[in-house]
Amino acid sequence: MTRPRSTTISRKPQPEGGQAPVVQRVRIRYAKRGPLRFTSHRDFARAFERALRRAAVPVAFSQGFTPHPKISYASAAPTGVASEAEYLEVGLQAVVDPEQLRVALDAALSPGLDVLDVVVATGGSLAERIEASYWRIELPGVEHAVAQRAVSAFVAADEVQVERMTKQGRRTFDARGAVTRIDVLPPVQTPSGAAEPSCAILELVVRQVTPSVRPDDVLSGLRVVAALEPPVSPRVIRLAQGVLTAQGAIVDPLDADRDGAAIGER
Amino acid sequence: MSAPSTTPRPAAAPTDDAAVASPHHDPTLSVWPRLEALLPQVTKPIQYVGGELGAVVKDWDAATVRWALMYPDAYEVGLPNQGVQILYEVLNELPDVLAERTYAVWPDLERLMREHAVPQFTVDAHRSVRRFDVFGVSFSTELGYTNLLTAIDLAGIPMLAADRTDADPVIVAGGHAAFNPEPIADFIDAAVLGDGEEAVLEITTIVREWKAEGSPGGRDELLLRLARTESVYVPRFYDVDYLPDGRIQRVVPNRPDVPFRVHKRTTMDLDAWPYPKKPLVPLAETVHERYAVEIFRGCTRGCRFCQAGMITRPVRERSITTVGQMVQQGLEFSGFHEVGLLSLSSADHSEIGDMCSGLAEQYAGTNVSLSLPSTRVDAFNIDLAQELSRNGRRTGLTFAPEGGSERIRKVINKMVSKEDLIRTVVTAYTNGWRQVKLYFMCGLPTETDADVLEIADMAHEVIRAGRAATGSKDIRCTVSIGGFVPKPHTPFQWASMERPEVIDGRLKLLKQAINSDRSLGRAIGFRYHDGEPSLIEGLLSRGDRRVGAVIHEVWRNGGRFDGWSEHFSYQRWVDAAAAVLPGFGVDLDWYTTRERDELEVLPWDHLDSGLDKDWLWQDWQDSLGEYEQDDCRWTPCFDCGVCPSMDTEIQIGPTGRKLLPLTPVTAMRVPTGAQQ
Repeated sequence: MTRPRSTTISRKPQPEGGQAPVVQRVRIRYAKRGPLRFTSHRDFARAFERALRRAAVPVAFSQGFTPHPKISYASAAPTGVASEAEYLEVGLQAVVDPEQLRVALDAALSPGLDVLDVVVATGGSLAERIEASYWRIELPGVEHAVAQRAVSAFVAADEVQVERMTKQGRRTFDARGAVTRIDVLPPVQTPSGAAEPSCAILELVVRQVTPSVRPDDVLSGLRVVAALEPPVSPRVIRLAQGVLTAQGAIVDPLDADRDGAAIGER
Repeated sequence: MSAPSTTPRPAAAPTDDAAVASPHHDPTLSVWPRLEALLPQVTKPIQYVGGELGAVVKDWDAATVRWALMYPDAYEVGLPNQGVQILYEVLNELPDVLAERTYAVWPDLERLMREHAVPQFTVDAHRSVRRFDVFGVSFSTELGYTNLLTAIDLAGIPMLAADRTDADPVIVAGGHAAFNPEPIADFIDAAVLGDGEEAVLEITTIVREWKAEGSPGGRDELLLRLARTESVYVPRFYDVDYLPDGRIQRVVPNRPDVPFRVHKRTTMDLDAWPYPKKPLVPLAETVHERYAVEIFRGCTRGCRFCQAGMITRPVRERSITTVGQMVQQGLEFSGFHEVGLLSLSSADHSEIGDMCSGLAEQYAGTNVSLSLPSTRVDAFNIDLAQELSRNGRRTGLTFAPEGGSERIRKVINKMVSKEDLIRTVVTAYTNGWRQVKLYFMCGLPTETDADVLEIADMAHEVIRAGRAATGSKDIRCTVSIGGFVPKPHTPFQWASMERPEVIDGRLKLLKQAINSDRSLGRAIGFRYHDGEPSLIEGLLSRGDRRVGAVIHEVWRNGGRFDGWSEHFSYQRWVDAAAAVLPGFGVDLDWYTTRERDELEVLPWDHLDSGLDKDWLWQDWQDSLGEYEQDDCRWTPCFDCGVCPSMDTEIQIGPTGRKLLPLTPVTAMRVPTGAQQ
């Protein structure tokens, strides 16, 4: 179906006036929860720009005939994956109070897209502080022991080659190397002792590498090493992302801004 | 995909699954837990999730009358639809009424829903459509008919209206295609002609009272009460008799107290209905991402092919002050950064100049852009576009001469001369536009190859004149061609359609003619539609009840999303027509390429759009005589019949009022409305 399309045609001379400069940068942590985990990154970006307008946030714009708001996103969770730790940075043309901004933006976004934290950027690069992600994967219908065997086989391997369709076509890469930790949580005991439907839960820490290794790539890896085939779609959530410490913990990338630029930067 | 069967039907019973993902999903009726498990396997799952800004979820048990509203196309097309958004808001403003929305699901999800017995659901609270009292479906185009059948079947509602019971919703069709609902008469219970704002309230009142009385007489009584309003058409209360040659002999009520003719609805005071106030703002990407406000309804330009212009008369303007207020509130609520001032010919609003300059002034420096999608061919239009592009963002300019030759433009009553067009486009180029789009139709009554080939001359002259005026080679135009489809309640309702191969042949000649001069041809883009989909649209537009069997057959053979070229199959329609229609002694050509005569009973003659059939016939004769008809807003009434028969009148300004100065909001604020 051909749909009417409007085109924006720019004249050669630049518009008069120009846009106000950036005087403050804020960094934001937000969550993608429940049904709204099916929001794609592009969907979120549109919704976020509208939320900035609804809340009358003094966002700065790029110059030119089609000015764009100054927003940069750090590695977004895949469509369908929930997240408690997504990050972005916004350039503002006026100074705002970060907590007021958090409340205003959170109200402007649909419930399920929740603004959790806002800090004033004190320097450094947000993207560089995103070294690893902490994920939880729920596998309804998979027995704990079955999941445990698959994870053990995965951990024992030096390398697990998996395939994924990318925009460049089918790619084969190692899904094992980037995984610094992967555990199966102990099965939940219900107070009544009633038999719960089995649902194995994995938790894993994956380093940010290129090509990126996503939770579904690790699941592909479990299929490769142990023929693990979840009977229904797994539920995945990103619990944290940030700086990976020597002890394997993940530090919120906004901590560095909160504590001052000197601390936490490496 | 194999042919879907109507049985077994997906279970419509409420699920008792406790795993509800969010508090707004009512556990007693929600199909969400079962749907959620399927979404990771489909494309663009966000379209099935709901949760839009402006969406309303109400307590099921607290509502007396419950409406499911459908736009029978994909979410990305259906969500921005103004009609559905307006009715959704009007209905949900009533405390005891609940309205939710449903859209056509893509084949990937349809397959999974059948596999897992998930019924057609609303996106608001994911309730099964079958549980609602009324299932309203808005048809902008007839090509959505197969999607209606999918929705009915997935909902677990019997496909044929005659098989439905008191457990099924009343299916009501609306929108422009409902002015001839005969092809879908077997599948719907009722149709409403005309403006919906007040019609949905009247239907709601009737349903509410009938339920309060304990639903006396069941479904039949409810439909009878609706029919007695004389503005709700209930096909089952009318019999169609045919002549031996296949033409209709007559359409008559088959029971007493049902009116012989059903009349369209007209909402007269648009200022009293300033909707949408809280436009739906989707998370998914849709075809229009803007706050749209209708600045007037109706059009008396009199283009003879234009069904919208004929069936929405008289012209009713919304005042400049109401428009200003709606834009301010709509933008503040939605966060959209584009405003569309909609109507059938926006530059014709009596205060359009003040409206555009006022809005441009108000939103100067805010990165909000304004657009005027339907405009006419004259320099005034460029002044308006200049005004609207003050912010730096400028939208594309489209002009619609519709016909290539002066002669054919007289036939269709599009009073634009070639000189006007060239002057207007050159003005656009000299004012900085690098590209304009020119829209034409192919397949018009009396059209010859020569009429179409003149489009190439016109495009060549536009480029030549534009280059001379600007001294630049950096200007372009796009020629866009749509197929003509004769529509009910227009002077062309009697016309024959051209065969697809003739249309395709003309388009090929036109393309060659455009490229015959390589220098000019390089600056001209060419976009067109094949003739085949138009022929099928013609079958559905002017079809009668017998065409329902063709629609059913096409759907059984997998027909879905016929408005999408990648899903539409001409062969499937041709085969279904060949399988079904000979049984009635007619065929596809009989419905499409056959010219009707003055005395033939047309399938929609008992449905009153207000237009006098004698006037339509006279206008058809004038068309063949290449006689033009003026606009009654500026010249005397030409007796089309609408105002006297509908007890309406033209409502236009100028009011003399100006946009109210609005205080621009600059301070950061905590908006409301996102909560459900």
